[in-house]
Amino acid sequence: MTDNDHDHSRTFQPDHAEPTSEGARVGLALRELLIGAGHYTPEEEQEVIAAMQGASPADGGRIVARAWTDPAYKDRLLENGATAIRELGYELEPYEFTVMENDANTHNVIVCTLCSCYPRSLLGMSPAWYKSASYRSRVVREPRIVLAEFGVELTDEVDVRVHDSTAELRYMVLPQRPDGTDEWSEEKLAALITRDSLIGTQRVLRTD
Amino acid sequence: MNAPAFAVGQRVRIADRAPPVHHRVPSYAKGKVGLIERVCGLHGEPEKFIRGDGMPARRIYRVRIPQSDLWQNYEGTDRDKLEIEIFEHWLELAE
Amino acid sequence: MSEPWGPHDLGGQEGGPIDLAEHDTAYWEWQIDAMVRLALKKGLISDFAELRDGIEHLTPDDYEQCTYYERWAKSLAYTLVSRGVISEQQLSDQIDAVRTRQEAEGAA
Repeated sequence: MTDNDHDHSRTFQPDHAEPTSEGARVGLALRELLIGAGHYTPEEEQEVIAAMQGASPADGGRIVARAWTDPAYKDRLLENGATAIRELGYELEPYEFTVMENDANTHNVIVCTLCSCYPRSLLGMSPAWYKSASYRSRVVREPRIVLAEFGVELTDEVDVRVHDSTAELRYMVLPQRPDGTDEWSEEKLAALITRDSLIGTQRVLRTD
Repeated sequence: MNAPAFAVGQRVRIADRAPPVHHRVPSYAKGKVGLIERVCGLHGEPEKFIRGDGMPARRIYRVRIPQSDLWQNYEGTDRDKLEIEIFEHWLELAE
Repeated sequence: MSEPWGPHDLGGQEGGPIDLAEHDTAYWEWQIDAMVRLALKKGLISDFAELRDGIEHLTPDDYEQCTYYERWAKSLAYTLVSRGVISEQQLSDQIDAVRTRQEAEGAA
């Protein structure tokens, strides 16, 4: 029990309510049993959490900025996302990383209707709405209405492609490069990218 | 032995089955017809991972379906698409 | 449209407005995520498919009322009990211990 007490106090987060829901207690109980039986250690847990917390949309931003400034890289990224991101030091094994490019006549949006799959180890945690039943059920059936709720208005000249991540592919949208950024550095371009633009619930990136 | 059964551009139908095990085909897509958009890699079969190792690996394809074929009174345009990944053993050539 | 196969098979169904509020990931949720990754790494489960299968076996009520990580926790528990890694009794005893500790620490 000492280990568990020590562990609990070390991981107590005063800003968050104690997870007292039935589901949370199942999870905490399971965790204590597995650690107690030696299946993993709190140190291993910390390492995994630190790695996951290190991923964020900024990584997607770097990939997008490279694609915008290097047309040959963009072609490689669209052809085989996994090998292209490996060039920049990123990995998303065992999934096939697939990048979909927005253009003047195309808007892409990503969902996983069956279970909210998302490239978390590359882009960080998915938004709460991405995991919601409403998003998952509605965006495949009425994408333009859903996108309007996110502030994305599309004319009939723009084709909408909804990608349902039903198997072993994980997706990222390559947003359009905003006008007036021709002289910008990769770093400055990368900072424009938002999480929602990589999912497809944002189309226009703000340069102000 | 693992050569793809389908090629980009071919018209395929997604099987309408309800096996009593975990599978990765949404009900809205079962029985629907689309075009192969991309030939993807080999992956463990979801149905075979429960009490198994998912082997033999099966090929995945991206299938592109017009939204107006999926939904009655679809609110977008005739050119809007829905694209999903389907394992080879769920596909057959369509007429 | 074909019959939905389970509570998770909800693409194309009616749905309400999407709540756009941001929710920070609670620390216990990071711990659940880490636990699943470590369970895979250590061979306690062979593939993410097992976790999805466990989620699909939740009752529709459970599925609807649980949050994303609560579903993962329940799914992993279901999978590890059915694989014999832990027993039902061990799990229920440990849940009691967690509840007792939380109540003693005055968490509401």
